Amino acid sequence: MKFLEQFGRYILFLRACFRKPDKWRMFWRAFFTEVYKMGNDSFLIVSIISMFIGAVAVIQFGSQLQGSLVPMTILGRIVRDANILEFSPTITALVMAGKIGSNIASEIGTMKVSEQIDALEIMGVNAASYVALPKIFAALFAVPALVTYSMFLANVGGAISCYFSEMVSVDTYVQGLRMDFNSFFITHSLTKAVTSAFLIATISSYNGYQTEGGALEVGSASTKAVVQSCIAIIFFDYILTQIMLY
Amino acid sequence: MIALKDISKSFNGRPVLQNVNATFNKGKCSFVIGASGGGKSVLMKCMVGLLSQDSGVIDFDGRDFLNLDYYKKKELRQEIGMLFQGGALFDSLSVEDNVAFPLRMFTDFSNSEILDRVNFCLKRVKLENVNKLFPSNISGGMKKRVGIARSIAMNPKYLFCDEPNSGLDPLTSRVIDALIMEITEEYGITTIVNSHDIKSVFDMGDHIVFIYQGKSLWEGTKDDLRNSGNKELELFIKASEF
Ligand SMILES: Nc1ncnc2c1ncn2[C@@H]1O[C@H](COP(=O)(O)OP(=O)(O)OP(=O)(O)O)[C@@H](O)[C@H]1O
Ligand SMILES: [Mg+2]
Repeated sequence: MKFLEQFGRYILFLRACFRKPDKWRMFWRAFFTEVYKMGNDSFLIVSIISMFIGAVAVIQFGSQLQGSLVPMTILGRIVRDANILEFSPTITALVMAGKIGSNIASEIGTMKVSEQIDALEIMGVNAASYVALPKIFAALFAVPALVTYSMFLANVGGAISCYFSEMVSVDTYVQGLRMDFNSFFITHSLTKAVTSAFLIATISSYNGYQTEGGALEVGSASTKAVVQSCIAIIFFDYILTQIMLY
Repeated sequence: MIALKDISKSFNGRPVLQNVNATFNKGKCSFVIGASGGGKSVLMKCMVGLLSQDSGVIDFDGRDFLNLDYYKKKELRQEIGMLFQGGALFDSLSVEDNVAFPLRMFTDFSNSEILDRVNFCLKRVKLENVNKLFPSNISGGMKKRVGIARSIAMNPKYLFCDEPNSGLDPLTSRVIDALIMEITEEYGITTIVNSHDIKSVFDMGDHIVFIYQGKSLWEGTKDDLRNSGNKELELFIKASEF
């Protein structure tokens, strides 16, 4: 019952968000600032995590293939597809939920409790759209870009791990990477990325916007935003995989 | 002119406002006074449309706020300025950008026109050379003044101030009071001030509404305040003067 009520409010919030901005110039300015901030904030952490995930994936799959009759070129292929299909989009999204999700929720939450949102409303600005819409669009842009970058780096990480582990040669790994490439996997992965971006940005904005009280509530709103975003990401990950790949 | 007719509002079944009636005139500084928790802030939030009343009509020169459509509401809101208790400045923007905000949002002025207007408004509240500072770097009194500058940037017809003096020293309070008074008379604004500060009420209350436990018990001028014949109001004044 509580969930339904929350969900209804979330939908109403979305409806308020997707109104035409009062001034496009202000919207674009905010949009570019947000894209820059999101990219800049998460670039380093996404790089590190992607490299290591690729590296670990090579060792994990490699150790299972060792001693079997399967040719080791398959390793590159498996790691590539695992990275593209699951590791990069999902883990990047979860990391972004922690980074930008909490940022969005605490920023909007602070504006709410210090009456800045009220001040916007009184001026006649559509506050929901003014504070949240640039963030939503920026996330729709930044998350898929970071996911693409992460796919690339994860495969590079795999190569580095091959270089150090002597399990397979880098050449064999790269040969595997180029085998039987299915471009639909990229479509699938980016669909997931866009969906996650939407979920992170809207759920976090919503939680920020509902904040009432003071600094304490801002903190709990931002925690809630991260937890709910993560759950939603994993849930839609499952749904989309079921729909698109099966 | 703003007219309130039988405004009632309750939260979770607990009445906070009950049949409040009042009239606020143009070019006058009207005060809403009353004890803490009496419903002054709720009344003001209803008037500016942050809350909607359960029943009753709030009439802005013939426009009934609740029954306006989205665009008419937007239009009316641009005629409203409000000074928040904590200032409610946008803390990601500098003082200058704060005051410029409504102008950038709703007018097609060029940048230099906007800057002229901003500087004019800041000068009007006696703030100079603070344009580039951020809200976190200025004092409470300055925040209030920037708040006033921002609320008059669009030449409002209606100005709402929720406890403009709270948290300020007596001297700064008088400065803020004088500013609000001057601006009201100069531009013919309908100004409504929520206050605890009985000193400012006696100074500049052209028109006073006394709210007691959610009801409007008394309406009059500062000259009638001492012999209002209302028991609760006399108690309130005695207590605050003591
Ligand atoms: N959003 C809300 N939900 C429930 N109750 C509320 C809400 N806002 C205000 N109230 C209640 O309404 C009553 C009046 O509050 P209000 O803030 O209007 O008082 P006030 O007259 O402005 O007091 P003060 O002078 O201290 O600012 C209080 O008892 C408060 O608990
Ligand atoms: Mg109050």
